[in-house]
This record gives sequence, C-alpha cells and structure tokens, in this order.
Amino acid sequence: MPRIPLNWLAEHVELPAGATAESVAADLVSVGFEEEAIHGAQVTGPLVVGRVLDLVKEPQKNGKTINWCRVDVGPEHNEEHDSPKDPQPGEERPSRGIICGAHNFVPGDLVIVSLPGTVLPGPFPIAARKTYGHTSDGMICSTAEVGLGEGVGEETKGIIVVGKGTLEGVTAEPGDDAIALLGLGEEVVEINVTPDRGYAFSMRGVAREYSHATGAPFTDPASTVVPAEGGRGGIPVQLSDDAPVRGAAGCTRFVAVEVRGVDPSAPSPRWMQERLTLAGMRPISLIVDVTNYVMLDLGQPLHAYDSHQLVAPIVVRRAHEGEMLETLDDKPRALDPADLVIADCGGESGDRAIGIAGVMGGASTEVSEKTVNVIIEAATFDPITIARSARRHRLPSEASKRFERGVDPLLPPIAARRAAELIVEFGGGEIDERITDERLEGFPAAPAPIAFAEDAAARVVGIEYTAQEVRGSLEMIGCSVERGEADGALLVTPPTWRPDLRIREDLVEEIARLVGYDRIPSIVPSAPGGRGLTRAQRGRRAARTALAEAGLVEVTSAPWIAESVFDAHAYGEGDERRAAVRLRNPLTEDEPLLRTALLQSLLPVARLNLARGQESVAVFQLASVYLPREAGQGAPVPAAAALPSAEELAQIDAALPAQPQRLAAVLGGASGPASWRGQAEPWGWADAIDLAHRAAAATGAQIEVSASEHAPFHPGRGAALHVVGENGERELVGHAGELHPRVVKQLGLPARTSALEVDVDRLIAAAPAVVRAEAVPTFPLAKEDFAFVVDESVPASAVEAAIVVGIGDVLESVHLFDVFTGEQVGEGKKSLAFAVRLRSAEGTLSAKDIAAARERCIAAVDAAVGGVLRA
Amino acid sequence: MGGPWALAALPTRTKAIPVSETPPAPADDSAPSALDGPAITAAVDAALAAIAAAATTAELKTVRIEHTGDASVISTANRGIKDLPKESKAEAGKILGQAKGRVFQAITARQEELAAAEEEAALGSETVDVTLPVARRPRGARHPLTTLADRISDFFVGMGWEIAEGPEVEAEWFNFDALNADPDHPSRSLQDTLYVAPEGSGMLLRTQTSPVQIRAMIERGAPLYIACPGTVYRADEMDATHSPVFHQVEGLAIDRGLTMAHLVGTLDAFAQHFFGPQVVTRLRPNHFPFTEPSAEMDFRCFRCEARLGLDHAPDPDCRVCGGTGWIEMGGCGMVHPNVLRAAGVDPEEHQGFAFGLGIERILMLLSGVPDMHDIVEGDVRFSQHYGTEI
Repeated sequence: MPRIPLNWLAEHVELPAGATAESVAADLVSVGFEEEAIHGAQVTGPLVVGRVLDLVKEPQKNGKTINWCRVDVGPEHNEEHDSPKDPQPGEERPSRGIICGAHNFVPGDLVIVSLPGTVLPGPFPIAARKTYGHTSDGMICSTAEVGLGEGVGEETKGIIVVGKGTLEGVTAEPGDDAIALLGLGEEVVEINVTPDRGYAFSMRGVAREYSHATGAPFTDPASTVVPAEGGRGGIPVQLSDDAPVRGAAGCTRFVAVEVRGVDPSAPSPRWMQERLTLAGMRPISLIVDVTNYVMLDLGQPLHAYDSHQLVAPIVVRRAHEGEMLETLDDKPRALDPADLVIADCGGESGDRAIGIAGVMGGASTEVSEKTVNVIIEAATFDPITIARSARRHRLPSEASKRFERGVDPLLPPIAARRAAELIVEFGGGEIDERITDERLEGFPAAPAPIAFAEDAAARVVGIEYTAQEVRGSLEMIGCSVERGEADGALLVTPPTWRPDLRIREDLVEEIARLVGYDRIPSIVPSAPGGRGLTRAQRGRRAARTALAEAGLVEVTSAPWIAESVFDAHAYGEGDERRAAVRLRNPLTEDEPLLRTALLQSLLPVARLNLARGQESVAVFQLASVYLPREAGQGAPVPAAAALPSAEELAQIDAALPAQPQRLAAVLGGASGPASWRGQAEPWGWADAIDLAHRAAAATGAQIEVSASEHAPFHPGRGAALHVVGENGERELVGHAGELHPRVVKQLGLPARTSALEVDVDRLIAAAPAVVRAEAVPTFPLAKEDFAFVVDESVPASAVEAAIVVGIGDVLESVHLFDVFTGEQVGEGKKSLAFAVRLRSAEGTLSAKDIAAARERCIAAVDAAVGGVLRA
Repeated sequence: MGGPWALAALPTRTKAIPVSETPPAPADDSAPSALDGPAITAAVDAALAAIAAAATTAELKTVRIEHTGDASVISTANRGIKDLPKESKAEAGKILGQAKGRVFQAITARQEELAAAEEEAALGSETVDVTLPVARRPRGARHPLTTLADRISDFFVGMGWEIAEGPEVEAEWFNFDALNADPDHPSRSLQDTLYVAPEGSGMLLRTQTSPVQIRAMIERGAPLYIACPGTVYRADEMDATHSPVFHQVEGLAIDRGLTMAHLVGTLDAFAQHFFGPQVVTRLRPNHFPFTEPSAEMDFRCFRCEARLGLDHAPDPDCRVCGGTGWIEMGGCGMVHPNVLRAAGVDPEEHQGFAFGLGIERILMLLSGVPDMHDIVEGDVRFSQHYGTEI
C-alpha cells in the first residue's frame, strides 16, 4: 500500500507547522484511508559527518586488510585524548578511532560515522567494540547500512563520501548531523487504499484527500505540466484487440514520447532517490527512477524502452497462443491469449512481445546503462485485463496495482511530458517533439453525469445537509455540479480520476465522508416486532443444553474429510455416504471432501482430546452435513442486480447439497472419575441411546429404538432411531450405540467407545407443536410385577409394547427393571421383569379389575412374542 | 367443672408428662398432708435436685415417674385433698398446685436441655467431610461460541428482529453476484474462496452470511429486520487470529426511511449490550461492493480508560485496543441498490443497512482468548472452562 513521505506530500498540499506522521494519518483516516503503518525516522542517534584525519592499513591473518582510522567527528563528539593502551594512527588530536573494512576513501575525505548510541535500520544499534586488535569507537557507513539501498552508479558503492556519489554536490563539516543530510529523519505514513480509489495510489491523490480532510490548500501537480501534444511523425502505435475482456478494449490510449541523447551515466538526483526509497522503491538508474517517481507522484504508470532495441511500429494486442516473453525480472513467461501485450516488429518473427501491458516490461527493450535514446510509454489500459494478467502471472507490480484500480485517463500526456522533462533536466538530451497519442475513438471518455436530488444524501445518511454542504462536497472532490433541467435535481459530473463514482449512492458516500461520519446521529430503529426464535432454533438450543447438562462437552470440528474416512468408518461399498461434495481447491489436498456424517469429523476431535491427555471423552457437536444431489448438476449463475426467475432460483436450490443439521456425540472411557463413591461405569452403548432419548426429549420429540446394523456401529450393539410424526409416519432420524471395534481400534479410541448421530431438524419436526395435557387421576394406584420368559432374540421393546396394548387404558406406566438369563430360564431364553403401575381415571380398581388386567397382559405378551409368565 | 378435677386434670394436659400407665397406688398413711407445707417443700426440693442430676433423657424419665408418678409424695398428697375439711381444701390445693408447677417446669426445662444436647451429640457423630469430591460425572459444557451466538440472537430478538439461516454450501450467485461483487472481484479467487468441484459448479462454501440476507429478502420482502449468525469459510491459513472456518453475525434492516443514523443506533445498542453501557461506536469511510455508503465500524475500547468516553485517553499499553482507544469490529453500510434489486426489493421504495461482526472476534475480545486455535480445534478444556454459562 502507498507510503507517503511527509515532505513529498507537503509539495502538493500545505501541511501545518508541526504536522507529524500521526497527525497526517489521523486526518487521512477521517476521509477513509486507514493507517497501515507509520515509518518513523529510519536512523536515530548520533549519525554525524566525520573527516578521516589519518589512516593505517593493517593486513589481517584472514587475508583482509582493515583501515585503522583517526576520524574528526566534530568538537561535540571527539575524544580529547587517545586511549594510552590503543593509540590512534598519526599525531594525537581530538578524534575517535574507528576500524573500517572498506577502501574507497582516503585521509581528508568526509565520511558518515555512526557513533555509539546510533541505531541503524535493522534495527542495528551501534556500540564501541573491540575488533582486529583495536577499539572501534563507531562505524563508517555505506548507503546500505543507513538504509539507502545499494545506491546507483560506481561512485555510490562502498562507503558514503561527502561530495561524491550519493552525496554529490553536498558540502558539510565534521560533526554535522548526517540524518538530516541523508534525509533519514523523514517520517512516512503508509495508508490502506480501498480498491475503489485508485487515484489515492499517488501523492497527487493523497494530497487532494488531505486537503479534503483539513481544508489545507492543494495544488494539483498535474496542472503544472503542459501536456504532451500528439502529432504526426512520432513512433507509430497500433491499438488492436481481437479479444476484449468483458467487452472492454485492452488499451484505449497510448502516448509515446522519445528523449534522445541522454547521458547514460547520469545518476538520478539524490532527493529523487531519497523519495523513492522512502516510498518503498529501490533507486536503479535515472530513467527508471524518473518513470517510478512520476508514477508515484501523479499515479500514471510509465514504461521506458531503449529506442535502439525497439523496432517500430508498436502494436498493442492480445498475446498469441504459445507466445513467450522474458520479463524485466529475467524470467521467461508463457503468455496467455487473454494477456494484453505491447509488441514491436523486432525479433526473428518481426512480431515480438516486449511487455505485458500494464504489468511488466520485457527484457529485450529494457533501458540499460548504455541507453541514450529512450521512449516513454504512458497508456490507458483496461483495469480488468491488467488485473487478470497480474494475477495470472503472480506479478502484482506497482503499475498493475494502479491500472487495476483505474488511472485518470487524462494523465498519459501529462505524465509522459513530466518524465521526459525530468530526464532531460538530470540526464541531458532533448525531447523529440513528434509525439504519439494514439487513442480509440471516443476515448478518453468523458464521465457520465449523475442526476442527484439535493436531499438524496439526507435521506440515506440521516443528516439534514445544507445545500452548501452537498454542492461544496461534490465540488471539492472535483465534480462539476449543474442545476438539472427538469425536476430540480442536480447534474453532477465526476472528475476523470474518479471512475468509481457512477450512481447516486456513490455521491452520497462522498458527501457523508467529507462532512464527516461522526456527525451521524444514533437512532435505534423500531422493528415492527418479530416472532422470536423459530421452533427449530429453540429445539437446537435445547438439544445442545440437554447434552451439556448430561455431562458432555460441546466442541467444534471443521467439515473437511479425507476419502479414507469412509473405509476407516467401515462403510460398505455401496454406502450412499461415500458420495460427498468435493472441493475444487481444498485447504489440504488430503482432505478434499465435505463430511456426509458428523461423526466423520467428530471422531478425530475425540482422538485429539485423548492425545492431549484426556483419559476419557464425552463430546458432542451440532452442525451441518453436506449430502450432494445427483452428480453433474451445477448451480446456474444468473445476472447480477436483478431478481432471478423463480425457475432459476429453483434450479439453484435443486443443485445445492442437502445440508441437514446433525447432533452427534462420542462417549468413551470412564464416565466419571474413580472416587470414594466407587468406580464410575465406563461410557457404553446404553449411554449413547439414553443421550439420544434425552436430546430428543429436549426438543419435545420421542424416539423409538430398534436393532440395526449400520456403520460405524457395532453390528450387534447399534440402534436405529425413529420418530413418529404427527401424521403417524415413522421416520429414521439417526443411530446410536457402541462403535464397531475395528473403528475404535483404528482411531485409537477407548474400548467400547459409543456414539450417536441424529438429524436434529427431523427430530424437531416430529415433535408436537403443542403438547396436549393428560388428566392426572387421583384414584389409588395398583402395582403389579411381571416376569416373562421369552426367546433371547425378542427385543424388550416388543414385550413392553405387548404389555401396553394388552393392559390398555388402566396402564399408568411400565418399566423394565431386570433382565435375567441362566439355567433357570433355559438355553436361548431370557427373563424380562417389568414393574407395572395401574390406575383408572374412573374409579378405584377392584381386585377383579386388576386380575383382569393381569390376564390381558399375559395373554397379549403370549400372543405377541410367545412370552410365558415366569412362575 | 371445677374443684379437684381441675387440679387433677392438670398433669395430663402437660405434654411432657404423659398419663402414667401404672394404676394409682393406695394412699400411703405415711404420706404428708397436703397442708404440711414443710413436708411438701421438702418433696419439691428433692424432686428438683433429682431433675437437675438427671444426665440423660432416659434418667429424667425415671426421675419424673418417681417424683410425679402416682406413688409420689405430691400425688399422694394431692389425692388426700378430698379428705380434708372443706375450708382447708382451697389452701391445700394452692400449696400442691405451686409445688407441682415448680416440679413440672423444671422437668420441661431439663428435658429440652438434655434433648438438645443429645441431638447435638447424635448429629456430631454423623459428621462427614463435605469437601470430598462429589461429582459422579464431570460437568459438561456448551461451546462458548454457540453460547455467544445464542446471546447475540437473543439481543436481536429482543429488538424485535428475527434470526435467519441459510445453507453453508451456497450458490455463487447468492454469495457474490447478488451482493454486487464484480465478476473479477479478488474475493472470488481460489486463494480466497473454497469452491465446490468441478470448475463451473456455481457453488462454494459461503464466505459470509450475507447470502442469507438475499434469501430472506427474496422470501419475505420488506420490511425486514433480521440477524444471520452462522459458520463461514475462507481459504485462509490457520493462525492466531485467522481460521478457515469461523462464525459471523450479520444484521440487515430494510424498511422505508431507514438511514445511517439507524445503523449507528443499532451498533451502539449492540456495543453497549455486549461491552458495557458507555461503549460507543465510530464509523470510518470504507469500501465494500454490497454497501454504499460503506463504513468500517470501531467500538470504543471497553477495557482501558478510553471506555469512559471520548474525552478519556486510552492506555497506551492496552492489549485490547492497542492504545488507540478503538477496536475494529467489522464492516457496515447502507445496502447497495444493486443488492436490493437482486433480491427483488425496489430501491426507490425501501432502503436499509447491513453490518457484519465476527463472533470469534467478539469472544476473543470479551474473554481475552489469546489464540484462535483454542476456539476451533475442539479441545474440551477450552469449552469446559466456560461450563454451561448462558
């Protein structure tokens, strides 16, 4: 994101005395530019100019030669006397002794010294230290060490010498503050620019916004340049596009200005290098630095070609199938036919790509240290084309960042001219006045005016803006505002640098932010009154709470699963749960699917807890599973900004996976701590079924349990759970029981780990909407016990059902209190003992009534399951 | 009634002295006359001494029988009253009445004393160590995220809003197009959004709960006041503050005449409900495709000095606000007319606002959760710490 050096900003807008990075950042926040960072002074402490008085070269054992120097760092910093143990070279004078490994300086040179207490970028704090047999009382610095990069040209290599290279033309005295001299005290604000405001990727744009925020006078730097004027005879350029993206031509304007006779060795001025560095760019050469500088200043990306390498005409076109280009970063890149390229007539084919438009130039026509004639390109490219190319080639360059957000289409001739002038100013040569300004017809297009009722902002924002606030805000951002003809609405024409202003609401936002969001009052709206939570919402809450109250811990698990899960959970070959939604770009390649059962992702969470030291586990989750529809059915994507047809909406919903909400729990190990009250029972199949009952009861539903073989459960210890809806239909809602021992072993769970998974929505749907009251008779209770001997295969629920049917109305409750197998009841048999409570709503039950009920019960159990009353 | 019956009946009315089961003994010739004051006094003194000496309720019972039973001096004297001359009966009755009164009173008092001591001793012997661990099962817990989501829902329900839900695997149209996201918007890229295979399926894991807003507008139309809590997905790497799976709550209000002022009012009410009565909100201009005007919302720090008002400076070392006094909470704005059009709402007639908050973020701020991993990994210790708070 753009970095704004304060002194550069101050060139375009008046900063108040005492403005700091913090105050500027705060002002920019108020108009919508978030502060990303504040880069304070890069160097702090005593960084001073020093004069090398004496120098002794001392060869070292490691083959290096070091310089032992006596340096005058000014009266304020010099030591009066040498250390008697470690005298400095030459005659004793006030100075400091410093070791330096570089050799591009001689006695008498002024150098930059970081004295102890200085903190260089890194941060790298400087202290006196013993090295090569001396105490070095500071450090003589290079450009890189003070954070100015590697520098430009031979002269800037190695140690900085005042008057040469980086500090060419500069004079100084020993003891002078070098932080100011090198511009290292400069504060920089880095801001975040939202994608709609590309113009703020320039000092020009940010200065304008700072002026909006503070009212400080702003001078548009684009207004001080006389734009290059296109004419005949310039380098020929052809704009062709046989594959526009989303109907937009790739290039609508191409300005080319040539500068001839530039001194290839001329460096860019120090102030420019400093500003580029502060803005986060590396100084490279005069021509490159100028193009970058003008881009940072005005917002128009530029590109420079070496005229000698380029064979006219220039053609802007889409890339050919299979075309290659070596970009400036020396990487060969396979171009895509959707890439917009700049091509010339050079190369073997006479049709060669020399750059990916708006993204990065090519190596073949790159400017070099030999370039004397240079062609500057300033073009207008389609934002989407550029964005796609930048993404395709993973090249988010400074140019592409600006083009994809939109660049003021009036800038190309201004920026090209400005760059050409700067090159001539610092590198000599002259501007070829035959300038190319190739445009598509109708471009640059004038922004379309927007009809804007004067109260439009008030109606949306809730502030009664004055007419002056409305008009003033719009004019401030550069709109022209006229009185419309018909209905008194204003006719607002946005400035060319604001392509984001297209509709009324866009203008409302401008007024709101310039007048200030802080003026918006706070009013709580009164909704017309809702219906509260839905039954499903209440039911899900109740189910969660029921399991938590029963001692389970609610956890989360991510929905992605590996394909291997189906086998790990012992699903059969044809199990429909093997058909899962697959992600195109999963987070990890080994988990490409979305769960089709909640236990698929919950069992690993149980495992994680055991791995972290839990000795038992009792966890649950309530979340969606994703059950795909028939393969091959995609969801249509209707047009934006209009309600799709009912048919399209139905097609969308038909394509989406079914996504029922499931409640699942895993229970393994001891159900509680061993204690003075005895050992806790291990969690088991019965607990899983009990919890399913409790969860169901919490939603108001009742479940029926029956034996079922269903992975991942134990074939003999798993239950199917059904509900009976109000319509009387029996519906499967889930399973509970002990997990299959193979699954338990594979996942490393405690023996006999049990689980449940139920479809909560079906459960809740089956619960009666209203619970009907039952009479509470107060006639006396009669208690009867029965023990029936039945075949071992007969489910207890069948015996109970027969008892219920047999006894009829007078049955108050039935409860199985014992199961017994053994010799007394015979091989293959079991005895089930039930406590039955009888009560009539009509009167006291007589002995005769009770006896009759007993007989009905016995007969019913005999008839239903062949049960025999145990004597 | 009256006369001797009244006196004779006295003992039976005193609860502490049940009717003796032994038959009345014949009058003893050696018994003193009821008029023999000193003799009666001596009998009373003897009784009182015995009562005081009784160490248990059982001993007291023996004392009671001995000194007030049928064979006792007092009872015998009492029985003798009937044989006294008529003019002496009243005085005799008075003497004996006082004597009995003193004895019974002492018995009652001693009985209470002894019973209390015995009860105390008995209870003392049953003392247990109540600090023993008593749980048969460890307590369960709700996940703090779902609990917080419930509380957030309750807040909106309390304002008369409803809670809307929708699918997590969602159509591209609902997640992006209907929300005015340009076909080239970076959020649609494979680096940001998880798509359902194959390419061109038109389906994805929703990146926001906003598609629920579109669905609700299409189904219910305006006016509409809904909050949409739910799970959302991004192609993000897991780190201390990011998770590919997280939870959002978005609010949407569509009606006639709703303005940004109502947005601010709703956010203020929310901030104050969850973070404290003085917490205010601030809007900063921002950009989102689905709102215009758009804003970033900040809540005033609820932890440091800044919470006391805009005129109070934040603590420069505050961990919650980082010394800025403000906490970034999410995006909001007035619903873009293209979004209303996509959902079949006429933007010339209805307008409204929307906002989105991260539930994990609220939890991290409220409870000081240092690391997102703790929230999403499913370690029971994280949930257990919260128990079943509501």
